[in-house]
Amino acid sequence: MGEFSVGRKAASFGCMIVGLVLMIWGLAMAIAKTGNTLRGGALVVGAVAFFVGFYLFPTLKHHRTIVNIIFLFPLLFAFAVTVIIPLVLGIGYSFTDWNGIRTKGFVGLDNYMRMFRQPGFLWSILITFLFVVFNIILVNLTAFLLALLCTSKLKGLGFFRAAYFLPNLIGGIVLGYIWQFIFSNVITKFTTALFDSRYSMLSETKTAFIGIVIVYIWQYAGYIMLIYITGLNTIPGDVLEASSIDGANATQTLFEIKIPMIAPTITICTFLTLTSAFKQFDVNLALTNGTGSVANFMGNYLTNGTEMLALNIYSTAVINNEYAFGEAKAVLFFIILAVVSIVQVRISNKKEVEL
Amino acid sequence: MKTREKTSAVAVKMVIAIIIALYVLFPFFLVVINSCKPTDMITANPIGLEGVSLPQLYQNLKDVINNTHFLFWSAFEYSVVITLLSLILLALFGAMAAWVICRNKTRWSTFIYFTFIASMIIPFQVVMLPLISTFRDVGKFVGIPMLQSVPGIIFAYLGFGGAMTVFILNGFIKGIPITLEEAASIDGCSPEQTFFLIIFPLLKPVITTVTILNGMWIWNDYLLPSMMLGQNGKVKTLPVAVQAFVGSYVKQWNLILAAALLAIIPIVILFLFAQKQIMEGMIEGAVKG
Repeated sequence: MGEFSVGRKAASFGCMIVGLVLMIWGLAMAIAKTGNTLRGGALVVGAVAFFVGFYLFPTLKHHRTIVNIIFLFPLLFAFAVTVIIPLVLGIGYSFTDWNGIRTKGFVGLDNYMRMFRQPGFLWSILITFLFVVFNIILVNLTAFLLALLCTSKLKGLGFFRAAYFLPNLIGGIVLGYIWQFIFSNVITKFTTALFDSRYSMLSETKTAFIGIVIVYIWQYAGYIMLIYITGLNTIPGDVLEASSIDGANATQTLFEIKIPMIAPTITICTFLTLTSAFKQFDVNLALTNGTGSVANFMGNYLTNGTEMLALNIYSTAVINNEYAFGEAKAVLFFIILAVVSIVQVRISNKKEVEL
Repeated sequence: MKTREKTSAVAVKMVIAIIIALYVLFPFFLVVINSCKPTDMITANPIGLEGVSLPQLYQNLKDVINNTHFLFWSAFEYSVVITLLSLILLALFGAMAAWVICRNKTRWSTFIYFTFIASMIIPFQVVMLPLISTFRDVGKFVGIPMLQSVPGIIFAYLGFGGAMTVFILNGFIKGIPITLEEAASIDGCSPEQTFFLIIFPLLKPVITTVTILNGMWIWNDYLLPSMMLGQNGKVKTLPVAVQAFVGSYVKQWNLILAAALLAIIPIVILFLFAQKQIMEGMIEGAVKG
C-alpha cells in the first residue's frame, strides 16, 4: 500500500463512501415510499461513484480482479435484470393466477392443463408446426436454388444478390402491411379478371396460411441464400475441376459433390429457418392478425385460423389479460423450441458425419 | 457448338435471374407508385401508373408525417437514438465482458459464458410479461421510469443483445495472441490500458459485424418496444408508430403505403452505402452463431 499517494487513497475511499451513502439514502427513500424524486438519481450516481472508488482502490495485487469485475458488471447486470430474473419469475408465475400485477394464489398445473383443453391453442400449435415444416423445406430450397444461380457465371451478380437480400432489411410489421395490400388489392385484380373471384387470399384460412408462407419466403430466402453462397464458395475449385474431368455432369456434381460438401451450411440454415419460423410474430400480426375461420377442429368452430403460437401467447396475455395463462403457454413454447432445436442439431450432426 | 450451348444456358439463367429480381422488387415498386396516388386511383388500378404525381406524393407524405398517431419525425428520432445508443453500449460493454470472459479461464467465467450461450435460445415471449411487470415495479420503487422511457428500453436491449454480442466477440478475441497482452503488460500497461489501447482497436472488424446484426434487429424490432413503450405512449419507435398508425385508420392505402415508404427509405439508403458490410456482417453472424 506504501506506493500509493495519500490523494489516491483519499479519492478511492472517499468515492466509495459517498457512493455507498448515496445508494443507502436512495434505497431508504424508496423503501420508505416517500415519493422523493431524487432517489433514482441518487442510486445511479451512488453506484457510479462507488465503482470509481472501487477502480481507484490502492492495490497492485488485486487490480486485475477489480478491473474484471467492473468490465463484467454492466452487461451482466442488464442481462440478469432483463433475462434471468423475468425467466425465473415467469416460470413461477405460470403456476399461479398472476394477472400481470399481482398474484392471489398458487394454482399448480391448472394453467398447463387448461391450455390442452383449449382447441384454439392446440390449433395454434398445429399450424405453427406446419408453418415451420413448410418453411424449412421451401425457404431452404428456394435459397439454395438462388445460391446456385448466384454462384454461376452471370453478369451483374452483385446486383442480383443485393436485390434478393433486400426484403430481409425491412421489418416484419411494414412488410406485413405491404403484402396485405398486395394480397387484398393487387392479386384480387388478377383473380377477378381470371376467375371472376373478388375474394382476397387473406379472407380464407388455408390461402391466408399460404400467404404468410409466401411472404416469409420472400423475406427470408435472400438471407439464407447468402449463407449458402458462402458455403458453395468454400468448395475448392480443383475438386469441381476434377469431377468435370472425370465426366460428371451438372446433376452429378450437384448431388455428389456440392450438397455433401456444404452439409455444415445446411445445418446452420435449417437451424436458422427453424427457430425464426417458430418465433414468427410480426408478419403474422400485420398480415392477418391471426384471423381466419376453421369450421370444425375437434368439434369446435375457431376464429383464430392463422394465429401462430407467438401471436396466440401475445393475445392471450395482452389482449385477453390472462397473464398467468399466457405465461404458461410461453413456457411450453420455450420447452418445445428448445427440444425441437436440440433434436434438429443432433440429427443434422449425424447426417453430416454420414455424408 | 459447345460454346453456343453455354451462352444459351447463360442467357436462360440471366432471364430467370431477372424475373426473380423483378418479383422480389415488385412490392417495393408498388409501395413507391402507390404512395404517389390518391386513394381512389389505388383501388381503381393498383399496378398502373395513372394518377401518379409528385404533388400527390408530397400531399400523402405531409398527411402521414403530421398524423397524430404516426408523428414520423418523433418516431424516427426515437428509433435513431435508441438504436445508436444501444449499439454503442452493446459494443463497448460487450467487448469488455467478452474480453474478461475469454482471458480468465476460471470456473466463473466459463459458467457465465455458457449461461449466455444457453440464454440465446430463450424466446422473448417467455420473458416479456414478467419483464414488463419487473420494470414497472423497479421503476416505481427507485423512481426512475423504466417503461415508456428511452433509458429503460436501451437497458433492455443491452440485456437481450448481450449474449449474442459476447458470443461472437469471444470467438474473435480467442484468435488474438495473448503474447500481445503480455508484452503490453511488461511495457507497463495496466489491464484497462491494455484493453482500451491494444485489444479494443483490434476488434474493429468483429464489432462491425455485431453492430450490423444488432442494428438490424433493434431497428426493425416490434414486440419489445410495443410492450415496453405501449401503442399510445409519447415515446414510439418506427415499427410501433407504423402499427399504431395503421391500426387507427380505415384502410387508406395511399397513406399506409406512404408510411411504409417512410419506414423503408432510411434502411434502404443505409444499405446502398454499406451493402457489402451489411451482407458480410449478416453472413458472419449466422455462421458463427
